[in-house]
Amino acid sequence: MIDILMPTIAQGLLWAIMALGVYITFRVLDIADLTVEGSFPLGAAVAASMLSEGYSVAVAFICAAIAGMLAGVATGLLHTKLKIPALLAGILTMIALYSVNLRVMGKANLSLLRIDTIFTEMQAWFNLDNVYTVLSVGAIAALLSGLFIYWFFGTEIGAAIRATGFNQQMIRAQGVDTRVTIILGLLISNALVALSGALIAQNNGFADVGMGTGTIVIGLASVIIGEVLFCTRSFKNCIVSVILGSVVYRIVIAAVLQMGMPPNDLKLFTALLVAFALSLPLVKDKVGARKAVK
Amino acid sequence: MLHVEHIHKTFFAGTINEKVALQDLSLHLAPGDFVTVIGGNGAGKSTMLNSIAGVYPVDSGKIVIDGADITKTPEHKRAKYIGRVFQDPMMGTAAGMMIEENLAIAARRGKTPGLKWSLNEKDHDWFVEMLKELDLGLENRMTARVGLLSGGQRQALTLLMATIKKPKLLLLDEHTAALDPKTAAKVLALTERIVDRDQLTTLMITHNMRDALRYGNRLIMMYNGRILVDVAGDEKKNLTTQDLLQMFEKAAGNTLDSDRLLLS
Repeated sequence: MIDILMPTIAQGLLWAIMALGVYITFRVLDIADLTVEGSFPLGAAVAASMLSEGYSVAVAFICAAIAGMLAGVATGLLHTKLKIPALLAGILTMIALYSVNLRVMGKANLSLLRIDTIFTEMQAWFNLDNVYTVLSVGAIAALLSGLFIYWFFGTEIGAAIRATGFNQQMIRAQGVDTRVTIILGLLISNALVALSGALIAQNNGFADVGMGTGTIVIGLASVIIGEVLFCTRSFKNCIVSVILGSVVYRIVIAAVLQMGMPPNDLKLFTALLVAFALSLPLVKDKVGARKAVK
Repeated sequence: MLHVEHIHKTFFAGTINEKVALQDLSLHLAPGDFVTVIGGNGAGKSTMLNSIAGVYPVDSGKIVIDGADITKTPEHKRAKYIGRVFQDPMMGTAAGMMIEENLAIAARRGKTPGLKWSLNEKDHDWFVEMLKELDLGLENRMTARVGLLSGGQRQALTLLMATIKKPKLLLLDEHTAALDPKTAAKVLALTERIVDRDQLTTLMITHNMRDALRYGNRLIMMYNGRILVDVAGDEKKNLTTQDLLQMFEKAAGNTLDSDRLLLS
């Protein structure tokens, strides 16, 4: 049991960075940003390319984050300057990034076999076994990302971005340029998503141009599972619940696979799970109303 | 304090829905003027306020606040000079954020936000003091989400947010129209108290003629995108609703006549 649980939790933590990015756009900015489907493999592609070119792990991560930021800014400019609806702006960037990712890698799949990654370096450093290395890297990454988000959204700029998500009219009347706050939010979100892609690529041992498919749904699943199970009000608790949601999502997936669900049905299952979770507030209302009548 | 000179605004120009909202409108406010604005639907009251606030650009004319020409300044940059309260109580606050967070944003109105922590202890005490003056018990609910407040509480909070950093100009767009009469009266009394205390230059749109007469030192009446009546001081003090209705009918009637003249 523990043999399966530990790697699953580790996976959940690595993906939690992406889920935090989705949380920023979906819940904080109130935008469903599909850029993540492109920025996730972008982070993977950039990190894998840098590593196989012989750059250090740190440089690879920094470049992946910058690439993700640029992707977010692209969507932000399409949305705020060209007035393209946010959903469509994200789709456009996502499609464009497919080509960009192929160019970055030079091919559809880039292997990291026998190349130093964050995991091999950590393993050499702390002399941990494979599973605990991934677990500790994931835990540190999730913790740092969570702390960063908590700090950033508590600052004046962060508060302005959150207010933009709630009420653009209000924050403009308070002297904030909502174009800037939206672009900033997308930038931070996609930087996190790209970092998560970079982590996953190193953990998988390869980057693949198709690895972004379904990223948004996994992100939404984590955010919503977190909200439903650990539903809390303060911003701090929301961040923690997203991370936990990502872990729970991985455990659920591992459990259904263990019970014999064909892996090919995984995306279908995830989509149904998210649809179910998204409809929960409605179900709760209806049930509540019925109870009230009785 | 505020100089609006010959502004024009036409919506959907050149289409079948063309609507002339403001016609050669000029308005000058002295510092401390508290002006109530009345007029029928489509008279251009909100368009005038929104033009001053920069929600949309005017077609021609000039808007100057405190010596600064802001005609072409975008909305968010005008916030430096202008505090606003809207008709819809939902519009002026961020529902999902705490009272304290909303106030912290308002206290920085017009300043570029930085990477400093948004909340701090010094401001906290100041906000508590200011909330106490509203007398709604909100000072004990600093961490409550604004979405939990009633419409009246939200409007009172929005009013505080619009004035906590003293604005050069306060724009109130029928800010009590969505409230029940009792709450509306409270919010209006609060408005008067704050405007008097800080000697704020204020433009207040209202649908209620009695409120228009009771509050402020000056009253303007709009019709078809123009200011038809502009009374101030003692003349305003001695006006009755009846006088106002008569002036309105007379002014509106005259315009109709001149329209007919133009057409024939």
